Amino acid sequence: MDVLVIGAGPAGMAAAHAARAAGATVRVLDASDGTGGQYWRHLPASRPAARERVLHHQWDRYRRLHQSLQSDPGVTVSLEAHVWAIGQDDAGLTVHVSHGDVDGTGQRTETLRPQRLVLATGAHDRTLPVPGWTLPGVVTAGAAQALAKGERLAIGERVVVAGSGPFLLPVTASLLQAGASVVGVHEAARPRRLAREWLARPWELVGTTHKVSELAGYARHQVRSRVPYRTGSAVVRIHGEGRVEGVTVADVDDRWQPVAGTESEVSCDAVCLGHGFVPRLELAIAAGCGLTDQRFVAVDAHQRTTVAGVLAAGELTQIGGVDLALAEGEIAGWVAGGGDPSAAHLSHARRARSRFRRFADRIEAAHGIGPGWTRWLDDDTVVCRCEEVGYGTLTRVASDTSSVGLRSLKLTTRAGLGLCQGRVCGRTVETILSAASGRGSVPFADHTSTDRRPIAVPVRVGDLARPASPDVPSPSRKDPA
Amino acid sequence: MTPRPVDPARDPAEPALATTVTIEFEGRRYEGVRGQTVAGILLSHDVLDWRTTSVSGAGRGLFCGIGVCFDCVVSVDGVRDVRACQRRARGGELVERQHDRLPQPREER
Repeated sequence: MDVLVIGAGPAGMAAAHAARAAGATVRVLDASDGTGGQYWRHLPASRPAARERVLHHQWDRYRRLHQSLQSDPGVTVSLEAHVWAIGQDDAGLTVHVSHGDVDGTGQRTETLRPQRLVLATGAHDRTLPVPGWTLPGVVTAGAAQALAKGERLAIGERVVVAGSGPFLLPVTASLLQAGASVVGVHEAARPRRLAREWLARPWELVGTTHKVSELAGYARHQVRSRVPYRTGSAVVRIHGEGRVEGVTVADVDDRWQPVAGTESEVSCDAVCLGHGFVPRLELAIAAGCGLTDQRFVAVDAHQRTTVAGVLAAGELTQIGGVDLALAEGEIAGWVAGGGDPSAAHLSHARRARSRFRRFADRIEAAHGIGPGWTRWLDDDTVVCRCEEVGYGTLTRVASDTSSVGLRSLKLTTRAGLGLCQGRVCGRTVETILSAASGRGSVPFADHTSTDRRPIAVPVRVGDLARPASPDVPSPSRKDPA
Repeated sequence: MTPRPVDPARDPAEPALATTVTIEFEGRRYEGVRGQTVAGILLSHDVLDWRTTSVSGAGRGLFCGIGVCFDCVVSVDGVRDVRACQRRARGGELVERQHDRLPQPREER
């Protein structure tokens, strides 16, 4: 195997395909039991859909990539392959994999030493806390999408969708297609900001027109379905006894601060929240890859990271959607496979990459999180869902201890130390602690972040200890957790 | 009132007929179809929570749906910490609520 690709979503699939075209042999790993990633999530092989394509965009592109990877003897796709760590030793990177059922026992472990590594691990939802968001029936926008596409299940009968960004539109469309009634979509960005960012520099949208019309198509569908779409509006409280029964929505200002006196209550049985996405950085950080100021994986024009032999593509480098992921994957795979980076046939992917990067900048400018949202929190609103740490605890500890280190603040409050290792709350905890300790945007003195997770997925000690696996690595690492 | 599966007969995606699988949770048996996750089957029967938190004792169930948040972990056939949103049911599983109690300080003698 010349090239190892981690992640079989759009970026990883495009990378594997391009690396083969460059003549390399390829291994692809994905934790799921199917290819396609979150974007092309579909019904499993045990229950195939005759018309799966009606639920997707660019489904033909997926089918072509999937079939070419399946039929090519130079590609090995390993599904249910969980990369739990990446280590470094004198000979280079070691990639530690466990194979088997999700969170099962008796996993087979494997250690790989790839010549070249393409990281395409994608992103997950960013969800801001709201009083009541831990009630059963409150899910991320991505969860609603995954259930609708992956299991044909609507999360509720009367659903409220809230947050920000264009992803709320396809989620709403999926809910409608699954038979739910969407009682409101609440986009926090205000109309003036949306218009300013979406309508500015129209020439930049040339070449992204299928994306614009895809989004416009969702909007038209939702108008026809009489789904109320409100901008400058947010869910500021979720109500219910043991499960969701309703929400309070309110107008928010340009900084996303709720406007007093605008509250109204809506009854519903499910709430889907999505305030953007966070890249899944842990493996890139473990491999030693440098990050940008915006905390994405830094790459050059050939998608090479700061670590020799390691490339990155897709949402890891910027939240940009499927088109950007496909373009970056193609470039990364071709270069990783030993192809000439200046090859003429890459010019299409290079042009697409720059178009969709500008498109992604536009979305961030229009829909990026405003700083005023913390005003909808109460002191007892849970911020860290795993350790059940409230907003008041975070602000009190940060202001009382005057600590300048994130690590000590996490240890004192326990925020971010639970089951999810800060994946859900990490960025939010950092923001709240920074604000409460008066640091503003000054980095913490210990230069740590909540993104570092040396163990990327839980692995059972028994599976590591099993003597039959001679190449099982030592989990010890030099740098602190 | 409840999450519900799309009626296969009216589903524009036209999913194939799938075999039925049954799982057991808290003394009741719940039916789903092969390919559904443990979380999907429980949700489709209006079971919304299957974990009890350590600090407040609140119920939790599905949150992120893609295996990131670990809110939905549950015990399956005696093996704990299984993400219900990722584990597909094969049929016959015994699913048990996970509740990790915090250690209590021992009484002074």
